[in-house]
Amino acid sequence: MSTESIAWPSATAESRSFVDHLHDWVATVDHKRLGILYIACALVFLVIGGIEATVIRIQLIRPHNDFVSPQVFNRMFTMHGTTMIFFVVMPILFGFANYLIPLMIGARDMAFPRLNAFSFWMTAFGGLLLYFSLVGANGLYGAGNAPDVGWFAYAPLTSQTFSLGHSTDFWTLSLLVSGFGSIGTAINIVATVLCMRCPGMTLAKMPLFAWLNLVMAGLVILAVSPLTAAQIMLLVDRYLGGHFFDTQAGGSAVIWMHFFWIFGHPEVYVLVLPAFAFASEIIPVFSRKPIFGYPVMVGATVAIGFISMSVWAHHMFTVGMGSAANTFFVLSTMAIAVPTGIKIFNWLATMWGGKIEFKTPMLFCIAFLFQFLVAGLTGVMLGCAPFNWQLGNSYFVVAHFHYVIVGGILFTLFGAFYYWFPKMSGKMYSETLGKLHFWLFLIGFHLTFDFMHIPGLLGMPRRIYTYEPGRGWDIWNLIVTIGVFFQAAGILVFLGNLLWSYYCGKAAGNDPWDAWTLEWATSSPAPAYNFPVIPTVKSRRPLWDLKHPDDPDWKYE
Amino acid sequence: MSTTLSTTTMNLPARELEWELPTRGRVGMCAVIAAEAAIFTIFVVAYLFYVGKSLSGPMPRDVLSPPFFYTVCLLSSSLTIHFAGKTLRGGNVRRFGAWWLLTIALGALFLYGTATEWHRLIYEDGLTINTNLFGTTYYSLVGLHGFHVVVGLVCLSAVMAFTLFGAVKREHAERLDVLSLYWHFVDAVWIVVFTVVYVIGR
Amino acid sequence: MRSRGSTNWRVVGSQIFVCVCCSAAAFADLAPPLSPTNIFAPASTPAKSIFGLSLFVLVVTGAIFLVVFTLLLYSVVKFRKRKNDDGLEPPQVYGSNQVELAWTVIPVLIVVALFMATARVIASVQKTARLDNAIEVIAIGHQFWWEYRYPALGVVTANELHVPISDENQPTPTFIELLSADTDHSFWIPRLAGKTDLIPNHPNSMWIDPHEAGVYLGQCAQYCGTQHAKMLLRVYVQPRADFDRWIQEQRQPAIVGSAVSHGQRVFETTACINCHTVAGTVANGRFGPDLTHLMSRDTIAAGAAKNTPENLRQWILNPDAIKPGSLMPAMQLSDEELDVLTAYLETLR
Repeated sequence: MSTESIAWPSATAESRSFVDHLHDWVATVDHKRLGILYIACALVFLVIGGIEATVIRIQLIRPHNDFVSPQVFNRMFTMHGTTMIFFVVMPILFGFANYLIPLMIGARDMAFPRLNAFSFWMTAFGGLLLYFSLVGANGLYGAGNAPDVGWFAYAPLTSQTFSLGHSTDFWTLSLLVSGFGSIGTAINIVATVLCMRCPGMTLAKMPLFAWLNLVMAGLVILAVSPLTAAQIMLLVDRYLGGHFFDTQAGGSAVIWMHFFWIFGHPEVYVLVLPAFAFASEIIPVFSRKPIFGYPVMVGATVAIGFISMSVWAHHMFTVGMGSAANTFFVLSTMAIAVPTGIKIFNWLATMWGGKIEFKTPMLFCIAFLFQFLVAGLTGVMLGCAPFNWQLGNSYFVVAHFHYVIVGGILFTLFGAFYYWFPKMSGKMYSETLGKLHFWLFLIGFHLTFDFMHIPGLLGMPRRIYTYEPGRGWDIWNLIVTIGVFFQAAGILVFLGNLLWSYYCGKAAGNDPWDAWTLEWATSSPAPAYNFPVIPTVKSRRPLWDLKHPDDPDWKYE
Repeated sequence: MSTTLSTTTMNLPARELEWELPTRGRVGMCAVIAAEAAIFTIFVVAYLFYVGKSLSGPMPRDVLSPPFFYTVCLLSSSLTIHFAGKTLRGGNVRRFGAWWLLTIALGALFLYGTATEWHRLIYEDGLTINTNLFGTTYYSLVGLHGFHVVVGLVCLSAVMAFTLFGAVKREHAERLDVLSLYWHFVDAVWIVVFTVVYVIGR
Repeated sequence: MRSRGSTNWRVVGSQIFVCVCCSAAAFADLAPPLSPTNIFAPASTPAKSIFGLSLFVLVVTGAIFLVVFTLLLYSVVKFRKRKNDDGLEPPQVYGSNQVELAWTVIPVLIVVALFMATARVIASVQKTARLDNAIEVIAIGHQFWWEYRYPALGVVTANELHVPISDENQPTPTFIELLSADTDHSFWIPRLAGKTDLIPNHPNSMWIDPHEAGVYLGQCAQYCGTQHAKMLLRVYVQPRADFDRWIQEQRQPAIVGSAVSHGQRVFETTACINCHTVAGTVANGRFGPDLTHLMSRDTIAAGAAKNTPENLRQWILNPDAIKPGSLMPAMQLSDEELDVLTAYLETLR
């Protein structure tokens, strides 16, 4: 492995050719480069997924609109959901985990660098395979069909009878392939966190970021596997004449739902735990206080991990499971609200009594706190089964989960981008552009997703390419669509900020935020070997101890 | 605030600290096993759910006979791989090679047993994967397990080849323990599959 | 660039503005006239039970929201870094057992209360015993229309469900058994009940007891394919006498008029009879809706178009013009055939 720092392309001429640089990136096993590859790949898919969402919203701007046909619309929402979950949010979170975990625990790389590279390329290939369906599948309508069965692909709609051609197979195979990538990354994270911490960093002393990603990885291992199993069964049905979900042969459509949601619910915790990780690193630094109640935060995380495996059928309250099953899943769903709510209080308590600085990362995290509170509460509403019988499968649900994923996860992701951009690039971003991005996106987000709850309350189901006038849904759909353009503007400002700051930003130095975890102890960007000497730590905030030798953390922990 | 800190100032001589973490290989393999266990669990749940629900065709009790002999073969291979590991740690590479070969032979015998059973089911009893629910779930579950046996045998054979070329030495015992973990898992899954298919499901 | 330490009033302000807007909007929509599918305008016992529970849940979650939001607002304002900051770090507080215990115990209690209220409503809706005088309907979901059978009353119809008003003192509820002929669907009339799915090989059942006459709207709420969006629902709640009369009319076979026999011949010699039933004739297909009393319905194509001769003719000529992707094929008939066929169908009252 080379000992020079990462060769970032710069304005001055390099003696190495473009092909050499390309080869470095394609053949890399360095966790930092792979992290950046994951993030860059995800940003490309973010733009594509955003275009799909824009098409959906333009079609729904008024009743009986004909911007796109129903066939195209159904492909749009399927691709939007599948892309955003599997090829945007998961890869981007894996990217940040890859980049930061070894740095935060004082290691030189992940446990299995080659597995790391394999996992990335599997994910990237899976994304390409999904989009190849536009070109390569032979459906009824011409040049190519993306899958149109919804991102959760309920049986028997996915059987050969109802899903002609190969579009469903592209859905199945691309997720199978990227699923192996996800499991590979999860194995890597578990092994890295358990086996490669620097001396002195017991599990009780490692950053919450590492804890949350550890639990996330455990969930990926236990939850993505059932999806893999279900998809193998679907392929057996479609190509070997199997009857797993063949209701004509006595099979069960409901069992697909069980298998899918046994994956699907822990999956949303896979998405949200790293978001909590970002918040748990950013909020303390910008409040100038340690995280409040570290042990309970860890305990709540582990509790969430366990309980999340037992709530899946709250996605199936309308399926007719019987009152005993419905009641059980209400109970488990309510139970998981407790550790999740506790975390909000801990973050609030971290801010309490602090000295809050409203830099861009903190702005995004404050908005996250508000939005995650709302999202959690609408989740509690949805967890009451009878209320779910009205709200389920309606735009209320769509509003709820976008509130979590966009309002919760994407906001903390933006915070993480701004917080760690100096470390990854060595440059400071533009604070003005950052704040502009924040405001544009905040306004757009609330216009779209606050008002989206209302059509749900007024009876509008999801996944419909058009709707009837006279149901009271028209004005709300219009407002929702308008918000999309503010969000798009915000994203453009964000991408512009990244590019501009990378080339023209001021040098950031090692530790622009005066933070306390190990990644800020090395140069920006970190050299390929991360640390010249592997550090030894005595507390949860090793840099605090160094900066305050008279008042170190380990005296109080 | 000055932010140029050298990590050397944080250094305590590592020797002063007792710092022993689990090995990456073992933790990684346990994680793989956890993932595989989750996949198998779903297939087992599907199998159990569909017991007795086939609308037609051969039923389990009509066509299944528990493969006791081949099961004993497979489970013994766990024992032989365990002895192989012990022998290698003791330093006797040739003896290790013999145990390892025996493990492969027993595993291959198990696969042969599965193959003959499937041949009989398909050509004499008319049970295929698309016959009925029983056929679908049976071939999927047993087939998934068989696939994992094949993968295991491929890895074991690679090690055998390395041994024959003299590349395997006593210091590799730890790594081979990790591979043995996988093999033990495959055997443990067979115990579950056997119970579900040949005992409960009949 | 904003200077350090100034209040982020704009964050605060925008959040307050959004909250007020949302509450106003939500409040304004509680009145039924604004939407015929408003879940907060229940007209039947299951919907009413859900409505009662939802009010309780909204009050509890609303209270939690207000408390936490106030704390968030307060901390963002009170603990912001001031312009004249002394540069020292604030007191480093690591945790507090009492506080953490409190905010664990209180949510647990809230959760228990919510759970108990919810469990009660689940039981009351799902465990209602079937009454002897209940109307029994079997609803079969198809891609993209609804089949209704009243087995005890000998009626088969499609897309428009008729039920009698249920008096509070002498209830005559309607129990609906939900089946599917192809893929998953969901029956959702917000003002009458929560939704229940129609899943092949998995019969479900639900019940409604509407207290007021009228037409209640809804639509399929489980994605079922291309035309999921136009698998609309119409439930006609009628006084008992009107309902009985409707049943009598629906039980009659088709009236065969001699004057339109040309149209009937077209119907019976093209593929129509493979999919459609007209009771009393040779047409006995089950794939598409029963057309015996087609003219007794207000809409065609499961609510996608009004039942007028022009729409009917257009539907037969080219279904994709009204409902692209529906499973009704374009019948490739000549103009003359279309005219007589439409005339024949117009006689199926």
